[in-house]
Amino acid sequence: MTTPPLLDIKNLTVEFATRRGTVQAVKAIDVSVAKGETVAIVGESGSGKSVTSYAVVRILDRAGKVAEGSISFSGVDLVAASEAQMRDIRGREISMIFQNPRAALNPIRKVGKQIEDVLLEHVQATRATARDKAIEALAKVRIARPEERYDAYPFELSGGMCQRVVIALALACQPQLLIADEPTTGLDVTTQKAVMDLIVELTRERGMSTILITHDLGLAAAYCDKVVVMEKGNVVETARAGEIFRNPQHPYTRKLMQATPRIGMSLRDLLPDAQKGPAAQLAAPKPAPAPDAAPLMRVENLVKEYPRPASGSFLSKLMGKTEEPKAPFRAVDGISFSVAKGETLGLVGESGCGKSTTSMMITRLIDKTSGSILFDGTDIGAIPAKQFAASAHRRRIQMVFQDPTDRLNPRFTAERAIADPILRMGGISGRDALRARCEDLARLVGLPVELIDRFPHQLSGGQKARVGIARAIALEPDLVILDEPTAALDVSVQAVVLNLLQELKERLGMSYLFVSHDLNVVRLLCDRVIVMKTGAIVEQGTSEEVLGDPKADYTKELLTAIPHPPV
Amino acid sequence: MLRLIGQRLMTTIPSVIGVIIVTFLLTRVLPGDTAAYFAGPAASPEAIIEIRSKLGLDQPLPVQFVSYVTALVKGDLGMSLTTGQPVTADLAARLPASAELTLAGLLLAMSVALPLGVLAAVRQGSWIDHLCRIVATAGVSLPVFFTGLLLVYVFYFILGWAPAPLGRLDVFASEPARVTGLYLVDTLLARDGATFRAALAQIALPAITLAIFSLAPITRMTRASMLAVLGADFVRTARASGLSSRKVIGTYAFRNAMLPVVTTLGMVFSFLLGANVLVEKVFAWPGVGSYAVEALIASDYAPIQGFVLTMAILYVALNLMIDVLYGVIDPRVRLEG
Repeated sequence: MTTPPLLDIKNLTVEFATRRGTVQAVKAIDVSVAKGETVAIVGESGSGKSVTSYAVVRILDRAGKVAEGSISFSGVDLVAASEAQMRDIRGREISMIFQNPRAALNPIRKVGKQIEDVLLEHVQATRATARDKAIEALAKVRIARPEERYDAYPFELSGGMCQRVVIALALACQPQLLIADEPTTGLDVTTQKAVMDLIVELTRERGMSTILITHDLGLAAAYCDKVVVMEKGNVVETARAGEIFRNPQHPYTRKLMQATPRIGMSLRDLLPDAQKGPAAQLAAPKPAPAPDAAPLMRVENLVKEYPRPASGSFLSKLMGKTEEPKAPFRAVDGISFSVAKGETLGLVGESGCGKSTTSMMITRLIDKTSGSILFDGTDIGAIPAKQFAASAHRRRIQMVFQDPTDRLNPRFTAERAIADPILRMGGISGRDALRARCEDLARLVGLPVELIDRFPHQLSGGQKARVGIARAIALEPDLVILDEPTAALDVSVQAVVLNLLQELKERLGMSYLFVSHDLNVVRLLCDRVIVMKTGAIVEQGTSEEVLGDPKADYTKELLTAIPHPPV
Repeated sequence: MLRLIGQRLMTTIPSVIGVIIVTFLLTRVLPGDTAAYFAGPAASPEAIIEIRSKLGLDQPLPVQFVSYVTALVKGDLGMSLTTGQPVTADLAARLPASAELTLAGLLLAMSVALPLGVLAAVRQGSWIDHLCRIVATAGVSLPVFFTGLLLVYVFYFILGWAPAPLGRLDVFASEPARVTGLYLVDTLLARDGATFRAALAQIALPAITLAIFSLAPITRMTRASMLAVLGADFVRTARASGLSSRKVIGTYAFRNAMLPVVTTLGMVFSFLLGANVLVEKVFAWPGVGSYAVEALIASDYAPIQGFVLTMAILYVALNLMIDVLYGVIDPRVRLEG
């Protein structure tokens, strides 16, 4: 007889009471986790993967409840356990790590105190030893100078550092099971690697079991023994990690795998076979831009400086004491590049490297400190950002922003959102003409025309992304800046949106500046790539050159940090 | 922290100067002639002119302003013509009465509103949530003079539990030795149990009246702010790491939810301090609000100027206190200081 699994979920159904009646978020699923095993639960948003984990530790919202099934954890029935029993289990036996580590910590309590709270609650320390134990926990997650960090508040730490604190918090009481819910979403690739390596090392060391909840198949493959694939509340496939990638059984798993950008594939390959058919002709090889043609945009020695906050008090300034002015912070440090007509230029780098500042300067939303931005022969950098909206060039440079929800006015319908630039920049008069134009644009971006009277909250993530794109191309711009346009989307939606972008570019003859930290996506979409670090360009060249055979150490570091599915 | 307080104080100087100028000008443009009012209806025009020159009101405005400011620097707010006392003395006697009443009312309101708001948020949709809504709506819908009179009618007239609503102490009790000017505190310091009880009996009804009125903003703000914080990620983390609900709600949620509540408290307090004229009238409470209104009716410049200035300074001090309190609660604010 084999040893019983540490966690055994059988026939679990979780229901949510909503205004429109009961919704089953998880439908009769079976998942088991053996002692020392690392299991990934993979699925797209709405697949029920997080709900499953919340049901295990019983922290579902008020509206959710376990309708059926059993969850047994080393012999204890977690569905039937009393709240007091559950409190003992949470944190001491089963711990959780969440997405967005900064928000996961109490913003106004010292991080050391937060670890102490957990230690004291589970009687792992006394008041006298709590401080030392908390510092020890911080040291275990390799936080440098843990004694100092004990007194830090979350806002004083970086995202990666906060996630280490959250891990320290979760592991402080030596639990047997760790549930990590998208622990690295929103972190840079190199930070992601450091955090994942740390989790795996610490849990292996202690013989702990881990459940990794993620939408990233690559991550699941690289770090887990077993993979559970969920779709719309059902478990569609469970297999060993190596197995599932070599030989996916379920169509949904195959679809997910196909939609994950990898080396050696084209944008078209991301789409399910059924969707490839008619559009494929559009992807005919396009003529490479003539090398001698004048570039659409040329950026030279662009610099953006921000003044550092002065440390002198108002009082001392009043007294006439002047202090040595600090050197301003250079967010963008003299970069030069050009974008050819019809080209997609990728701008990659980790958070804080200046890529967003660069794109904001190019879209003329903020002013540069020095340097020039030549757009079609005119130095648009010389036009102050405040006046650029009135400039004739405004309509030629448009932007697609990151979060598809935040970037739409919640009180505008899709049609009003798409019409917004047209209304501001003129061009079309008359209600019917405007409506017709919006419908055309909706058709162009593949948004069903009947949806354009809906409000953003009535649209899905992919549909909102399409509205954002339709708005950006409404004025037929020459250059579109895409700031991580697919970062918040599921992989299958991302695949469709990326293809749409490519198709639109070819059809309308636009150029793209694609800002992203996802190198796999950049590889697929971009002709050329610029790699930025601390405000400067470390490497630039064609996508194949830079991402296939990187010269700079930093680029190599970024590339090795990407988790790859073993395919 | 001291530097922060110093900085904030510096920034309030321009607003205080502004208040001095504006109140001075405002009182001058008010309709009504002080000299005529004091000379009485039967006075001859000569007598009025004489009074006017005695009061310095025949001087040009800039001259009046300079003499006002010169006196102000010496701490002299002028004489009240209605009471015949220096304004400083009047305010010093009456401000503690208003402060005591407002503080008592606010503390009472807080002791009910904070737990009610927290419970309403924790048990959203339960009977306590509905109770919270009813209490809050009823509290603001009833004007203070109505609740005041109703309380007097029920507790004094019908039940006879409360003493006659005639000021801070009944006629038989003697004023305690003045330390803070707040009778409840002073009687305790003097260990005078009987007078303390007498003062408490007098303040009970007006304080309850004020409390009922100020319940609404505090409860609603506490509830809304708690709801927002309870939905936050870090509360989920605290729950998932097995902290007791007392710790989660008390230490994690409540302290974070306090920030907007503290702001509301400050606003309610400064509003009540000057604006509870009606309550002071109903309970014959010798506070600054009724003093200022009486002076206004009599076109008595000095008390009005003194009152507005005192209120402005109090308001500034209160806001400073709230800023400091913010810094104590939220470390992120300290950084910006």
